[in-house]
Amino acid sequence: MMEKMIFGRYVPADSLIHRLDPRSKLTLIFLFVCIIFLANNWQTYAIIGIYTFLLIGLSRIPIRFLYGGLKPVLWLVIFTFLLQLFFTREGHLVFHWGVVKIYEEGIRMGFFISFRFFFLILMTSLLTLTTTPIEITDGLETLLAPLKKVRFPVHEMALMMSISLRFIPTLMQETDKIMKAQIARGVEFASGPIKDRIKAVIPLLIPLFVSSFKRAEELAIAMEARGYRGGEGRTKYRQLSWKWGDTLQLVLLVIITILLILFRS
Amino acid sequence: METPIVSLNGVTFQYDGQERKALNQVSFDIYDGEWLTIVGHNGSGKSTLAKLLIGLQFPSEGEITVCGIKLNEENIWDIRKKIGMVFQNPDNQFVGTTVQDDVAFGLENMGIPREEMVHRVEDSLKKVNMTQFLHQEPHHLSGGQKQRVAIAGVLALRPAIIILDEATSMLDPRGREEVVETVRALQDEKSLTVISITHDLEEAAKADRMIVMNKGELFREGTPEEIFSMDEQLIQLGLDIPFSVKMAKAFRSAGIPLSKHYLSEEELVTELWTSRSRM
Repeated sequence: MMEKMIFGRYVPADSLIHRLDPRSKLTLIFLFVCIIFLANNWQTYAIIGIYTFLLIGLSRIPIRFLYGGLKPVLWLVIFTFLLQLFFTREGHLVFHWGVVKIYEEGIRMGFFISFRFFFLILMTSLLTLTTTPIEITDGLETLLAPLKKVRFPVHEMALMMSISLRFIPTLMQETDKIMKAQIARGVEFASGPIKDRIKAVIPLLIPLFVSSFKRAEELAIAMEARGYRGGEGRTKYRQLSWKWGDTLQLVLLVIITILLILFRS
Repeated sequence: METPIVSLNGVTFQYDGQERKALNQVSFDIYDGEWLTIVGHNGSGKSTLAKLLIGLQFPSEGEITVCGIKLNEENIWDIRKKIGMVFQNPDNQFVGTTVQDDVAFGLENMGIPREEMVHRVEDSLKKVNMTQFLHQEPHHLSGGQKQRVAIAGVLALRPAIIILDEATSMLDPRGREEVVETVRALQDEKSLTVISITHDLEEAAKADRMIVMNKGELFREGTPEEIFSMDEQLIQLGLDIPFSVKMAKAFRSAGIPLSKHYLSEEELVTELWTSRSRM
């Protein structure tokens, strides 16, 4: 189940967006988060909207996957909308019933802010849906490489991320095994009052922790035996290739930014 | 076979806070291109020996020479280029997210240029028959397959010596066979020295030479045939002698003579079905 949650996020397909270099996708998301704040009227929001849906269209991700990513946060979007709707006290009074007063500005702000939220979620989902976790790790490692100058352990972070990704399925299998072993000993995981069920997690977690530490130690020894001695002088097997599509994609983003600056009020 | 590739001279080792010496005055040579098996009961010091050979620990007394270089803390990284090691747990030595990444891990550490890496990864996976699994993730592989990937990872570094530290003990019989066959084929085809540490005597029987460890000391050294001829003693050391040896013993005590003392399972079968015509 958990496996699906983490790995099911990536939808393999051969689309323009999938083929983009993770570095260009990460840059895109970072800049997008910044420029979305330039939008402040209907025209600029329309530009952002068209741009977002253009990218989604190009990614060939089925809508139901996007919806799956959106569902848990959808109520948050609606909540933001309602909050803005009821608590903005500017512009003409549009609707008045008892204590409920809705102003023109409230409707405007409600739509804008929730749309901003909505587009941000769509774009970040697009990144995780079209990029494998390991590609994201590689992309981050190269993008953050300049931080090595200020002694930020970029390589170590990336290695940690990739090892965690590699061990998630292994630990899932192990959890499953321990769970079955404990069920066989009479532990109830699925029924009983909440208090008991929380208590039942302890005999699951402790063996899992113990074995994880043992794994970590053995892995460290194996890595050392295979000549690992930190990031220095290390070459990389996985290679990222920046193609013309990546440049083009960023040029498009610059154009969008210029349009936003021109049309904002 | 005459030049020792590894030699141990009076090696003694004691873990911190432990009274008993894990290894006590151990000396022996390992020759170029041979398959040496080190057997022993738990706590006999055989795994400590492996750790010392690859420089994960250093002897408190005595010295280890590998390929003519005396092992010490400065040259340990050079030694590790010459010795590869496959560990017991198939999962806990798989570093990469996919098969190819894992094989490349050691190469990345050595700073091999990428083109060369691609070539070597392919080449070593071919040697262990795992080419079709290039992009596979570890949790989709069997234990035997993971161990073969680990072997490929070692081979990619082109070592002179490969140490199997109980590498087959967590595998099912099929996986065990896969791994032993793979290593055997590699050893035959190029002059790879194999040091296999195990408590599985069936596997040890396939070696060129055997060393029996007991309580941190070298108990006996010899060919599998010589070692298995001391059957009672082996049992006392907590080792289980192979089925074929037990069988042969039973035959002898029943008054059926066999041509040699030690026979592999296959030899025993041949001996039995041809015995009639010899009588």
